[in-house]
Amino acid sequence: MSATTLAAEPAARPAPERRPVVELSGVHRRYPGTPPVRALDGVDLRIDSGELVGIVGPSGSGKSTLLNILGTLDRADEGLVRIDGLDVGKLGDGQLSALRARRIGFVFQQFFLTAGVTAVDNVADGLLYTGMPLGERRRRALDTLERVGLADRVHHRPNELSGGQRQRVAVARALVGAPSLLLADEPTGALDSASGAAVLKLLHELHDGGTTVVVITHDHDVAAELPRQVHIRDGRIASDEKAGGR
Amino acid sequence: MSAGRPGSGRGDPAPSRLRPRDTLRVAASGLSARPLRAVLSALGIAVGVAAMVAVVGISASSREQVNQQLRELGTNLLTVAPGQSFTGEEVRLPPESVDMVDRIPAVTDVSAIGAVAGAAVYRNDEIDPGQTNALAVNAARIDLLDTVGGTVASGRWLDEALAEYPTVVLGATAAELLGISRTDGTVGVWLGGEWFTVVGVLDPVALAPELDSAALVGWPAATEILGFDGSPSTIYERSDEAAIEEVQALLPATVNPEHPEEVAVSRPSDALAAQAAADETLTTLLLALGGVALLVGGIGVANTMVIAVLERRTEIGLRRALGATRAHVRRQFLGESVLLAGLGGTGGAVLGGIVTAVFAATRDWPFALPLWVLAGAAAATVLVGALAGAYPAARAARMPPTAALSSV
Repeated sequence: MSATTLAAEPAARPAPERRPVVELSGVHRRYPGTPPVRALDGVDLRIDSGELVGIVGPSGSGKSTLLNILGTLDRADEGLVRIDGLDVGKLGDGQLSALRARRIGFVFQQFFLTAGVTAVDNVADGLLYTGMPLGERRRRALDTLERVGLADRVHHRPNELSGGQRQRVAVARALVGAPSLLLADEPTGALDSASGAAVLKLLHELHDGGTTVVVITHDHDVAAELPRQVHIRDGRIASDEKAGGR
Repeated sequence: MSAGRPGSGRGDPAPSRLRPRDTLRVAASGLSARPLRAVLSALGIAVGVAAMVAVVGISASSREQVNQQLRELGTNLLTVAPGQSFTGEEVRLPPESVDMVDRIPAVTDVSAIGAVAGAAVYRNDEIDPGQTNALAVNAARIDLLDTVGGTVASGRWLDEALAEYPTVVLGATAAELLGISRTDGTVGVWLGGEWFTVVGVLDPVALAPELDSAALVGWPAATEILGFDGSPSTIYERSDEAAIEEVQALLPATVNPEHPEEVAVSRPSDALAAQAAADETLTTLLLALGGVALLVGGIGVANTMVIAVLERRTEIGLRRALGATRAHVRRQFLGESVLLAGLGGTGGAVLGGIVTAVFAATRDWPFALPLWVLAGAAAATVLVGALAGAYPAARAARMPPTAALSSV
């Protein structure tokens, strides 16, 4: 894997036009209980295209709920959620599925690769629900595996890959549909530090290539490497810092 | 279908779509991930389907055997026998009735036997006259064997010469009861107070089973030696297949113009066909038992699917995250259930076919398995699979994606 394969022609990339990919305004999410759990308690957040953002917080802070809302796996009780310009509250279940199929990519802590299925087919599954023919899905999966530096592992099954490689397959699966938004939930959580660093490097390279990436993590060291860090605590945004540089 | 480039994704995204082939592929992958479980739960269906296919197959083979026998024997044989008079007296057919039947244009063959009154057959002259074994002594015309389609098991049939002499051909049962197996002319039986030489033994005659327990002597010998009056007791007649009903209507008046109502005409092949049809009640019962087995198999599939949905919450969540709609998830599990049942159904159909083939082979029956059975088995398994999968699939589809993903 190298940065040159990912951002092969950085000069040719047009200057990114900033437009919001995520817009949250006054978002509340409560879970029933006594007393009710206020998982999100009035969250306002805007993430523009091409950003690499870390959402940081301890467990129980509401960051997983936020991930679910950003990924349209869950709905807000109150407030406005716009993903890629679409008002999620007004979309039906089928339309949300379409949004996930074509505009959002997920990376999970536990990878969630299908056992016994080769890397290329695992990645091709990222396009399964777009209705694309299998041949085309595989072709794009091969390209994407090359992008994440696994060109020599395409026919390996998950149990033949290291943890870091598995997570890169999972990243490729999220990436294969060229999503507007890549959501990574503790992507380094199940990895040793070296593999974790490699995965983070990959996410940085994707960001350099123009992909909008949101990393949810409880790990401040991971967050410290990201250009923008949104700290969340008790369902509220405690701070939103942009590091200089990028 | 579009895989929009980053930043180009404005407007409503095109709907999620799972191609039918992919639905099938996804459904099959769920089974291939746990092959042993799939095979075991398919086995339940297989047993049910195999039972049903075998029952129908065996019954069809048995019917086919009868049909084949009828084709070989012909269904154009009619028998004419004296019936009863209005007052219940025994009536007799006139001696010339055989010739009269022969004059019906459509009739191709005619023959007859005549009961020899007062005659009985014994192994030797020491036997108590009461021990008749219910064997009949009949005078037989020499064209009898061809007309009824009988065959000789050993020895020979009566010819012109033998028919003049005290010789006898025994039906299969008669030979067995008398303990006669040699037909080389060295064995005699005590028949009507005379020694008759056994010249032949017949195979069982399917269309004229009454001949099996008869001792047949030549018409002239019966008349001369046993005092037979020449009155036929049964006339056997074959005609053109197309003219059977016409002949059947003509026979009573031809045989006995004065009292046509005293003549009984019957078609022996009807009895064979009726016998085959009688099996159907049992077939229906066995079929119902097979249906119960299929139902139990279906419950096994439903059980497997319920467990699969519980175990695969994560997979369901992942698929929802990848863009599957509820309908896609439902179709996946429904497809899996139908495939599972279909797997069992196919195995069961093959198994049932093998059972039928083996059973038919051991009985020398022709192998017959109607196509509708296979079509019915296929339809039944699809139905069972769909019913068994409906609830688990609906449950999988209803599962919220967050619950599915957070369960690990």
